[in-house]
Parts: sequence; structure tokens; C-alpha cells
Amino acid sequence: MAMSMVEILFWFLTSLSIFSALMVVFSKNPVHSVLWLIMVFFSISGHYILLNAQFLAIVNMIVYAGAIMVLFLFVIMLMNLNTENEQSKSKWLQLAAALSGGSMMLILVAALKGNVAKATAMFTQDSGIGLIKNLGNVLFTDYVVPFEISSVLFLSAMVGAVILGKKEAA
Amino acid sequence: MPINYYIFLSVALFSIGIIGVLTRRNAIIIFMCIELMLNAVNLLLVAFSKMHHLKAFATDVATKVGTEAQLFVFFIMVVAAAEVTVGLAIIVMMYRNIHSVDINFLNRLKH
Repeated sequence: MAMSMVEILFWFLTSLSIFSALMVVFSKNPVHSVLWLIMVFFSISGHYILLNAQFLAIVNMIVYAGAIMVLFLFVIMLMNLNTENEQSKSKWLQLAAALSGGSMMLILVAALKGNVAKATAMFTQDSGIGLIKNLGNVLFTDYVVPFEISSVLFLSAMVGAVILGKKEAA
Repeated sequence: MPINYYIFLSVALFSIGIIGVLTRRNAIIIFMCIELMLNAVNLLLVAFSKMHHLKAFATDVATKVGTEAQLFVFFIMVVAAAEVTVGLAIIVMMYRNIHSVDINFLNRLKH
């Protein structure tokens, strides 16, 4: 059976995101980890576009890959951590960590394997709910209170970051 | 693509994040793995939004079902951005005090 264009894109983005996520964990150099994480975010943005969530795809690229990861890179460069001198945990701890993470994945996959409707075709017509017009309309009518509360959250985060980053006065 | 594939992809990304948190000692890498787990959850929310939308779309073409999930993802991104600023400030402060970002040096509660 020939794969359609969308399926090829899906498998490409899936393998790219999983490979990049593995490289985030297994890179020795923190800067490489940051760059691989940016790769993960871009592939997840591609998934959002496949799912007709265009606004979220753009926001994911701008906020995560653009702002947050630059902040991470900035901190790493500032602290001169772009070397490979991190000592790794003991072999047993690493084995236990991999086992617990892997068994969590195994349990979730086994639990969800047969229960969900299999034949849902996820890629059909785009009715434009992911566009900024619809999302903005709902955000500024039904969800305007959470929106305002999140602005207060940002203010408090900014104040907190400044207070934490300040040198001790007394 | 069936919804199952998205669930399994999210589970895989989430588990990779867990393994990263448990195996690494660099606080910044651990923080990045937490971001990875947040993104896995976001992807799952968007996939469920699409599934929900398609089910409603079959009967009503002008339906707006599924918008809320995407807004929820938007709010998760907002909170994650605020979390990153405070978290990185804490990591910088920790580096200033102990000149390392190795979490194994933060074991004072143990003694």
C-alpha cells in the first residue's frame, strides 16, 4: 500500500522527534542537548500543523524554540557549562532509571493498546478551529479571566526572577 | 493516522523525559527534560482536540468543538514560560552559591 504524503510526513516527524529526544538525554555537552531539544520542538510544531493547529505551531516555535531555548543557551554560556565534564551517575542508578522509565512506557502502551478507537482518520478537512481568529475569539470572550490571571502570573514570575537573580543586599 | 499513534508518540516522549530526569546529574538538562515532558502532554492535548473536533464535525460542519483544548495548550505554554524564568533564576543562584549545577551537591537535606 502506497503511503500518502501526510503519512510520510507523520512518520518522518515522529522518528525525528523521538531521535532528537533521545539525543537530548544522551548528549554529553549541554549545548548539544539544547540544540537537539530545539529540534524536538520544531518536529512537534510540524505535528501541530498536521493536526490543523496552526496557531499553536507558530506559538510553539516562537515561545519554545525562540525564547525559552535561547534563555537556556544564554544560561549555559554564562556559566561556562559548554564542556563535557559532567560526571555520570553510577551504572546501577542509570540502569534503575532506564528500567523505571521503560516500564512506565510499557505499562502505558499496554494499557492503551486496545482501548482507543483505532480507525479514526485524523487528517481530514481543515475547518479552521486552529486559526488565530477562532482561538482569539474564544480566548477573549470565554477565557478572558484566565488570560488576565496569567498576566499576573507573568508579573510575579518576573519579580521572582529579579529577586532571585539579585545579589544579596544584606 | 489513528489517534493511537499520537498517544504512543506522546508516551514515548514522556518516558524519554522521565529517563532523562532520572539519569542525568546536570540541573539544566533535568530542567530541559521537564520541558520535553510538558511538550509531550501538549501534543497529546492537541491530538485529542483534533479527534474530538472530527467527531463533532461529522454532524455539524460549522462546529467549533475542540477550541478549548488548544487554548489549554496555550495556557500550558504560558505557565511553562513563567516556570522557566523562575527555574533558571534558581539554577543561576545555585551556581553562584556552590559553583556547580550538579544536583548531587545538593544533598544537605540528607545529612
